[in-house]
Amino acid sequence: MENYKIPDNLAVSEEGFLFLPATGESFTLNEIGKIVIGLLKNGSSIEEIIERLTEEFDVDEHTAEKDVNDFLTQLKNFRLVEEI
Amino acid sequence: MSKKVYERPVIIKQHSGLMNKFGSSPVQPTITEIDGVAVNNLVEEYGSPLFVFSEKQIRENQRKMLRIFKTRYPKVQFAWSYKTNYLSAVCSVFHQEGSWAEVVSEYEYQRARKLGVSGANIIFNGPDKSDSALETAVKEKAKIHIDHFDELYQLLEITEKLDLKANVAIRVNMDVGIYPKWDRFGFNYENGEAAHAIKRIMTSKTLNLVGLHTHIGTYIMATEPYRLAVLKLVELAKMVHAQYETVLEYIDVGGGLPSKNTLKGQYLDAEQLLPSYEQYADAITSPLFDLNLPPDELPTLFLETGRALIDDAGYLISTVLGNKRLSNGKRAIIIDAGVNYLFTSHWFNHKIVPAQNSGNFTENAAVYGPLCMNIDCLREDIVLPTQKKGDRLIILFVGAYSVTQWMQFITTRPKITMVMEDKTVEVIREDEDLEYIISPERVPEKLTSFSLK
Ligand SMILES: Cc1ncc(COP(=O)(O)O)c(C=O)c1O
Repeated sequence: MENYKIPDNLAVSEEGFLFLPATGESFTLNEIGKIVIGLLKNGSSIEEIIERLTEEFDVDEHTAEKDVNDFLTQLKNFRLVEEI
Repeated sequence: MSKKVYERPVIIKQHSGLMNKFGSSPVQPTITEIDGVAVNNLVEEYGSPLFVFSEKQIRENQRKMLRIFKTRYPKVQFAWSYKTNYLSAVCSVFHQEGSWAEVVSEYEYQRARKLGVSGANIIFNGPDKSDSALETAVKEKAKIHIDHFDELYQLLEITEKLDLKANVAIRVNMDVGIYPKWDRFGFNYENGEAAHAIKRIMTSKTLNLVGLHTHIGTYIMATEPYRLAVLKLVELAKMVHAQYETVLEYIDVGGGLPSKNTLKGQYLDAEQLLPSYEQYADAITSPLFDLNLPPDELPTLFLETGRALIDDAGYLISTVLGNKRLSNGKRAIIIDAGVNYLFTSHWFNHKIVPAQNSGNFTENAAVYGPLCMNIDCLREDIVLPTQKKGDRLIILFVGAYSVTQWMQFITTRPKITMVMEDKTVEVIREDEDLEYIISPERVPEKLTSFSLK
């Protein structure tokens, strides 16, 4: 699996509000979206993120993997992540 | 240690300024039951995809429509438009409610007869009536609605040969200010063809003119075209009365009332946009009083209403096969019911609702059927909560022109059930299997064997 990096200037508020100063675009995240972004910002790998979700939440590994990948596809689409 | 409740990670882009032209994003209703029967139970018992019809809804629709017209005009008779949905069980509900049969082919005629409708209660429309079909219709005293001059002469020959009289009407087409003009069916009013056809019938010894018919189109979105159409038929009826001293038994205004479905390209919901059935009934009935006839001589108003009486009594339950992201990031949901079951999805943005609570996050998605064909798209854009594989989506208002126009293509067709008034469920058409499909096929002898390496 590839790993991803969130741009440094990306700001996430307590409420899950995400703002991209470069383009003026804004986004909202749900609780788990916020956790995943937070982990990505801290440099966690995809495997680590999936592991963390399955440990903390009532979800099986396949579902978590599908959902995280789908989430990443959206982040890529919105140009919110860079592959590293 | 108990774990926290999971919800998939979601990110939604905010579109400030152009949030939503038509108000806030619609609240997604969830339909977990149809007439008190759980959707999950239906699928477990009968499979997916699954068509479900509501007996209760059909009866309610028919009774309500009859009441709307009867409170405005004393003599009203509905004739169920077979092509809209000729499943035997569906037709039988309408016949139990007192509707006649309106058919447009020999095949539909035979279906009505097989159900026990007598010829005298059949309206025989359409441009395709074979000699044998007409002979039967004449003998069984059906109301034959003549479509063109060749058919008029064909019927003259048949009735003379049989030495029998036929009860006939003519179908009339006219300019009522709508597009497309349905002038390919029947005799034109404005150019005098209709009057000419009437004259020919009145001078024949075997044809008995009992009515006038029009059907101005389908899903008519305004009331004025109906008023104009009835006015023109009333003018013809007055002419018949004045010139031939004949009082017609009926005026048949056809079908065309819209259902709750929303046309593609129509931004507002059909229910917000369209006149009420009461308003249509006003437009249709008020010109009839211009006939200036005593009440007992007023013609019966025939209505061949199709989609408006059945659309919201039909459901198509489907199952989510999978999700994907399209190249532009849009979500796509693949379900097990395709356009082969829903021809109507070419014209309508069918409403699709989840059959389970699927969380609060909604997303714009495309909904595709299972066919390996690009055309198999049920909705290009619909806001839906996240769907998991195995979740159920219900396509609403699919009672009209679905199970008559559906195609056996790529896959076989599913079961059709009816939820009865007492909440029992009946299969009203079995699903198809390979044997059923190939049994009419014949393989030439020389093609019966091959060997592949
Ligand atoms: C002659 C005739 N009558 C009735 C109908 C039923 O029309 P609708 O479903 O629009 O009410 C049709 C359908 O096009 C028709 O051709």
